[in-house]
Amino acid sequence: MGSPNGNGVVMDLEGAFLLFVLVLDSTARVAVPLIFCALAGLFAERSGVIDIGLEGKMLAAAFAAAATAAVTQSSWIGLGAGVVVSIAFAMLHGFACITHRGSQVVSGLAINILVSGLTVTLGIAWFHEGGQTPLLVDDARFPPIEWPGTNVVGGVPIIGPIYKELLSGHNVLVYLAFFVVPLSWWILYRTRFGLRLRAVGENPTAVDTAGISVQWLRYRAMLLCGVLCGLAGTYLSTAHGASFIRDMTAGKGYIALAAMIFGKWRPLPAMLACLLFGFLDSVAARLQGVELPVVGQIPVQFIQALPYVVTVILLAGFIGRAVAPKASGIPYVKER
Amino acid sequence: MTPSDRRVDGLRNAIDPPAVELININKRFGSVQANRNVSLSIAPATIHGIVGENGAGKSTLMSILFGFYQANSGEIRVNGKTTRIRTTEEAIRAGIGMVHQHFMLVDSFTVLENVVLGAESGRLLKESLSTARQTLDLLESKYGLEVNVDTLVGDLPVGLQQRVEILKALYREAQILILDEPTGVLTPQESEQLFNILLGLRDRGVTVILITHKLREIMAITDTVTVMRGGEVVAHRTTSQTSEPELAELMVGRKVLLRVEKGISQPGSVVLDVREVETIDQRGVKRLHNVSFNVRSGEIVGIAGVSGNGQSELLEVLAGIRTVTAGRISLNGKPLIDQFNPRDAGQVRGLGVGHVPEDRLRMGLVRSFEAMESSILGIHSDRRFNAMVFMKLDAVLENCRHKMEAFDVRPRNPHLVTVNFSGGNQQKLVLAREMDEKPGLLLVGQPTRGVDIGAIEFIHKEIVAMRDAGRAVLLVSVELEEIMSLADRILVMFDGHIVGEVTASHASEQELGLMMANAATPASAIRS
Amino acid sequence: MSATRYEVPGWIGTVLVPTINICLAFLVSGLIIVVIGEDPWQALDLLISGAFGSQEAVGYTLYYTTNLIFTGLAVAVAFHAGLFNIGAEGQAYIGGLGVALVCLAGDANLPTFIIIPLCMVAAALFGAAWAFLPGYLQATRGSHIVITTIMFNFIASAVMVYLLVNVLIKPGQMAPETRTFAEVAWVPFLHEVLAPVGIKLARSPLNLSLALALLCCVVVWAFVWRTRWGYAIRTVGQNETAAVYAGINPKRCIVLAMTISGGLAGLVAMNEILGVQHRLLIDFVAGYGFTGIAVALMGRNHPFGIVLAALLFGALYQGGAELAFEIPTITRDMVVVIQGLVILFCGALEFMVKPRVESMYRWAHRTGTGS
Repeated sequence: MGSPNGNGVVMDLEGAFLLFVLVLDSTARVAVPLIFCALAGLFAERSGVIDIGLEGKMLAAAFAAAATAAVTQSSWIGLGAGVVVSIAFAMLHGFACITHRGSQVVSGLAINILVSGLTVTLGIAWFHEGGQTPLLVDDARFPPIEWPGTNVVGGVPIIGPIYKELLSGHNVLVYLAFFVVPLSWWILYRTRFGLRLRAVGENPTAVDTAGISVQWLRYRAMLLCGVLCGLAGTYLSTAHGASFIRDMTAGKGYIALAAMIFGKWRPLPAMLACLLFGFLDSVAARLQGVELPVVGQIPVQFIQALPYVVTVILLAGFIGRAVAPKASGIPYVKER
Repeated sequence: MTPSDRRVDGLRNAIDPPAVELININKRFGSVQANRNVSLSIAPATIHGIVGENGAGKSTLMSILFGFYQANSGEIRVNGKTTRIRTTEEAIRAGIGMVHQHFMLVDSFTVLENVVLGAESGRLLKESLSTARQTLDLLESKYGLEVNVDTLVGDLPVGLQQRVEILKALYREAQILILDEPTGVLTPQESEQLFNILLGLRDRGVTVILITHKLREIMAITDTVTVMRGGEVVAHRTTSQTSEPELAELMVGRKVLLRVEKGISQPGSVVLDVREVETIDQRGVKRLHNVSFNVRSGEIVGIAGVSGNGQSELLEVLAGIRTVTAGRISLNGKPLIDQFNPRDAGQVRGLGVGHVPEDRLRMGLVRSFEAMESSILGIHSDRRFNAMVFMKLDAVLENCRHKMEAFDVRPRNPHLVTVNFSGGNQQKLVLAREMDEKPGLLLVGQPTRGVDIGAIEFIHKEIVAMRDAGRAVLLVSVELEEIMSLADRILVMFDGHIVGEVTASHASEQELGLMMANAATPASAIRS
Repeated sequence: MSATRYEVPGWIGTVLVPTINICLAFLVSGLIIVVIGEDPWQALDLLISGAFGSQEAVGYTLYYTTNLIFTGLAVAVAFHAGLFNIGAEGQAYIGGLGVALVCLAGDANLPTFIIIPLCMVAAALFGAAWAFLPGYLQATRGSHIVITTIMFNFIASAVMVYLLVNVLIKPGQMAPETRTFAEVAWVPFLHEVLAPVGIKLARSPLNLSLALALLCCVVVWAFVWRTRWGYAIRTVGQNETAAVYAGINPKRCIVLAMTISGGLAGLVAMNEILGVQHRLLIDFVAGYGFTGIAVALMGRNHPFGIVLAALLFGALYQGGAELAFEIPTITRDMVVVIQGLVILFCGALEFMVKPRVESMYRWAHRTGTGS
């Protein structure tokens, strides 16, 4: 690939570095909804409620946010709507699984299917654009935030591209995602609520005998789950994209679930897993049709399937063991 | 404790109101009266024992005191004041702590986190944890409850986990501590340490309630003792003025024996021979220690013991459900199972072993199956019920009808769903299935648990009939009365060991009771 | 000993409660139609006439029903072993691969009576293989079958896209599809089969796969309730401890049930690929695997109920398509909504209605008999 001319090599290196930074940049963008959702799933499962309905809640929020933003021309009201709708579905999940002790898997699945139909049905009825919402412009979207001095610093080698392309120029939800990760860690490991939450997913009877309501704790976990899925969906339709598109989550909720398992139900590793999966996605997009040395062309589908394959291998216990919170998936019934 | 100390205690007790008073507590579960007019009073800073057989109502009573259940009627007074305890939270607030038989701990948490859970001082953990660390330091040195507070509870041995439970209660400033069968999971050394801790607690003013069925423990550390039987209090005693034999007699009681008409057994050749069998469960705990015995044709061998002393495991090992980790089992002189040659339950059954499991709904039947389906569980692959591909439903139906007739299962409806039969009729269905196969060896666990009187008599007769037909029967029951009226030879199990053997005709309840509580010395117990 | 048990007759659990749940699902669906400003009664009218109003409509309805019977049965068989197979979608997809490989290799020189059975075997085998792995991992490694089957759906999708884009694609064509298979491999349309006998039917995609689906119902029913293997599987699903007591190997049953489940899902390809499309194409399963879950839940995992539920959803698919013509605001997506609501009410909220109805029955019974 390199040219015989020494100068050219330098150019290439610089170019390669810029390319790398750009891939990282798009990694971050792709990973944001995954991070929100993985944390959402983490709160739910840490409390003992399996939630495969991340996908549905995210999609519902994406629609609600885009629709509201389109009508009100305010991204912030859109964000509120997205979060509220997502919480509503989280509460429905809680109502079915916590109050009525229904199957958590069935409930999550029902929400996913319901939402994938409902968003499009309402979209068609309200906006007459085949299920899409109107294109969002100006204040209806979350704009990129330019950090001060990008023009000055941008010229500096190495640091420049990192500052300009990677750190600066994202919208507020991207920064929020990376802030929510340590926040979640802090909530889980440094607060009373977090301690109880972790306990209730492992041994609800212990929590009950300590005089704490198991149901109320789980509902609060679902509330957090709803908020986070709401942020993920809002990001997709009003920050990353500029409208709601049918089934725009495209399995991201499930990838987030995989990332959560891959991160062994811990915030920081889960984020790293999201970044890894996001990186794979970005690389896959760049590598389409590119001939690599030695291996030749890598099929995009191979890279796309990688998160799922890795998760299955992990679940099978071939590389380390992913042990779910002990009580997750089991409705709590007080003895007798 | 010297006599003068006791007098001082007595004096103090006379002044202070009782730490706990229960007045006429009644509790029903459905039609079962778990507690009937139970009254007791416990002086502060004493260790009070509550003894009784399984099902005597001890645990229910304590669960009521701890707010897990609510009594149907009755009054609870704590330190002289009438107290309403509707939730565990209210019990904790009243100064009551409980160490459950199954620990209420989160394995993936440290000791410190477990202690703090539910008793945090604020929304942030840091402060809670540091105050807890200090308080625990104090508690540990005060009561001699050393444990490393930063270890994960799951990594601690059982004895230390129990210590964490005690620390949890003390951290919540419990002045009344209930321990439910605390030594069930402990080694003798750990038990000894526990007793020292409990004595220390008492000397520092904590009232301890100890639920147990082990008389030796009662005698060793309690000040007063209440004996329960059949949901009622049968006696209060001051420990120093009673004895193990008296307690044993009170515990077992003089029940009206349902004597079964049976002739003298005529044992034939050895059918089941068990040699030095051991088994280790999934948690790595050895459940059977060096168990050896045999059962001959034409005799009923009964295994007595308080439940949880290895009887269940023994039955499961013999039936091929649980694996043997040492020793060997042979059937009719041929090797059946050993460590290297396991057999599953189907194979064991195929060699002529019937098994009536202890818990019929958990193991012996499928709730949602029709009676005719449940009546072939385990023999469903038999040629009688199968053509090449399809099952012969006519044969299955006929088989069920026949069994229902022979064992008087009511209603005689082979299509009724299993769970809709009464307990007695479910049990008859299981017995019919297992006995009708005419096994050379029949393993029977708790044959009359939850069964009405009429059915009990019927079931007992059938078991004796099996014996008289020259088959070997191994009977496990926690009902001493049942063992005594059915068995020809009685083995007593304690803590996974066989601690004694008695010929039924020579057995007395007191003696067996003592052996079950491991209070009698084995030498005097073995008499056959 | 046991608490007095007022016996509630079986029809309450098997007929009344599901009916109430379905009614609730449709009630909420009706409300949604009101919300989007349409008349639910008109919609219902159009739906019914769209699904059953003409021979052609009935043909389409039954064609959808065929797919749903296969996936519904697949989910049900796994369910009898206590397993929740969310992977019917991927298993059906891979089943299509099996069919395509047989056709691409043999449609030039094999006669119909050999190639179609061969395709059937391949569809079932490929689907079964795709379900075998999650089943095996659940049985031996304890990997949660719900998560693994979800993952396998995505992996199947990636594999199929790769194969269709890079390997199986008809040369010189943009669309990622195989070439059209030779006519010998087509499962005959019903209107074509019946024409020589003098029965004239309107053209529709309905083909003989429906007969296969109904046959599968009978086979599954017989297998589950009339063989010792079905007995073993049900025992494992209901009470694993009792299964071990009875000498049944739960692991073997789990793997067996999943394999059969996958095989049934794979047969979707018979209807969809060999019956209608006559070539392998991207995403031909189109959600039938997920709808199969609703069908199984609604049909209470019994083949008879599954046929009824599949018919209902088949009618919704077809009626929904017609409905979209008449009322542009109501599209096929409304059917997806109804599907979601049915899963919600019949599945997730099953314990909401049941105890209330039962206690109402007991109350009515007691006051009725005056005791």
